Amino acid sequence: MNVVGIDCGAKYVKALVLEDDKIKAKSSVLSGFDQKAAAQEALDKALNEAGLKKEEVVHITATGTGKEEVTFAKSTITEVGADAKAVNFLYPSVRTVIDVGAEEGRAIKVNKAGKVIDFAINDKCAAGAGTFTETMARALEVKLEEMGALSLKSQKSVPMNAQCVVFAESEVVSLIHAKHAKEDIVRAVHDAIADRIASMARTIGIEKDVVLVGGLARNIGFVDSLKRDLKQELLIPEDPEYSCALGAAFAAAEKAKGG
Amino acid sequence: MHWELLLQPRKRPKEAKVEKEYWRWPESRWTSPDIDWKDGDIISAGVDVGSVSSQAVVLVDGNLYAYSNFRTGSGSPESAQKVMDKALEETGLTLDKIHCIVGTGYGRVNVPFAQRAITEIACHARGANFMYGPTVRTILDMGGQDCKAIRCDGEGKVTNFLMNDKCAAGTGRGMEVFADLLSVPIEDLGRLSFEVDKEPEPVSSTCVIFAKSEAVGLLRKGWPKEKILAAYSSAMAYRVAKLLERIKIEKDFAITGGIAKNEGVVKRIEAELNIKALEPKHDTQIAGALGGALFAKALAEKERGLR
Repeated sequence: MNVVGIDCGAKYVKALVLEDDKIKAKSSVLSGFDQKAAAQEALDKALNEAGLKKEEVVHITATGTGKEEVTFAKSTITEVGADAKAVNFLYPSVRTVIDVGAEEGRAIKVNKAGKVIDFAINDKCAAGAGTFTETMARALEVKLEEMGALSLKSQKSVPMNAQCVVFAESEVVSLIHAKHAKEDIVRAVHDAIADRIASMARTIGIEKDVVLVGGLARNIGFVDSLKRDLKQELLIPEDPEYSCALGAAFAAAEKAKGG
Repeated sequence: MHWELLLQPRKRPKEAKVEKEYWRWPESRWTSPDIDWKDGDIISAGVDVGSVSSQAVVLVDGNLYAYSNFRTGSGSPESAQKVMDKALEETGLTLDKIHCIVGTGYGRVNVPFAQRAITEIACHARGANFMYGPTVRTILDMGGQDCKAIRCDGEGKVTNFLMNDKCAAGTGRGMEVFADLLSVPIEDLGRLSFEVDKEPEPVSSTCVIFAKSEAVGLLRKGWPKEKILAAYSSAMAYRVAKLLERIKIEKDFAITGGIAKNEGVVKRIEAELNIKALEPKHDTQIAGALGGALFAKALAEKERGLR
């Protein structure tokens, strides 16, 4: 039985094809201005990779901030619910999920059955999300994908006072003028996001094991900062940005079975 | 949203010359034509070094004699020196003839020629009391990187205050971001925001980055600039109205700071709270420095044993 999960995020739409608990194909497309079209494109790409026709898919479930735009989906699931399902499948021992995407950060507490017990979301402010790194990478004229490695080269952290992305951008420019090394500024940027995410996670209480998912889990500099802040090892799946899409696919499978 | 388009790389300095900087607000200086400082008994000054703009105000016996308002540079001492020099320009008055100078604002401890540093909250209340008269009880100061709601008594003494200095939503810096995004000179934003048939729904009032990403989506949908401005101005008004509601507004109400010059935001705050703001008689950005100069006058009098 083939099912699909679509995660329509702020920056990328991810689609994932699941055949009886096995990941068959996945794709990622820039959300752009037309999330509806992007979702369709992501689905087509994933089906193509899986060698499937649309008719062969039994159920499609959508999640993500743009889930309502995915008109071809038969059902929807919240991002928190999707994360919990995916993580419980990948790591049954996990009790705390931290998901950091482009415009949103989430901390979720789950029980051993994968049920959500509590969660906290930061969707009011861009300071605790991937956008923060992206804006600072631009101010520093560093490629986004190089930010992580550069950050690890730093030997010391320079203090960053600004909370807000807009203010932090001005502060980064001042730090450049003050002749601070780029790697130190990059580390300060990652420390700042990690600090925000960690304090959000602490509000729900952090219990072992802890998993980090979402696009920012690809940034080794941020991962290092978060580990230091939480004083805690983090589990990171192979494709951390597909967590919500995977969870949505599991939800689709349950629906298809009449669950 | 499409971040590649949102976050276009900064233009190189070479190209920057031809590109208009829409966020750049007009700097100014002013001298009273009716006062000669040589006739004055006590000359006092206040210097407000803010995160975005700096002002200097000179008083002669408590009367407004000169002021200047310029963009803050990279260092506080240099910015303080620059606004002070600009205020004194062509007056013949020199620093050594000023009896007392007070520094205020975010860079107040870095005003090398000031005798005292006083918080901008106290200075704003004192300055607003002078600018708008003793009936003022609630002041909303909308600055470059923060926003304050201040309650004061009839003498301009602070009784309570609330501030947001963590987030660009509701500040001048946020407005600069929108001026740049829409390529509209910052002083035209207010007027333009009224050129809509119907008020649109506000965009995000919690984060400038989210508001900007929403605005880019709306531009793509074909919304005209004025409609976007209306949506952003109401988001900003909503945000500061919440701050004012928390501190509870008492009449009379006055708005100071750079955003007080933006009628698009001011009128929407008035509508949101159902209260009229007093008409400003002076540049609304000088309130802090003016308050500093008034404190400086009191200090000079104290030193002479006049108080």
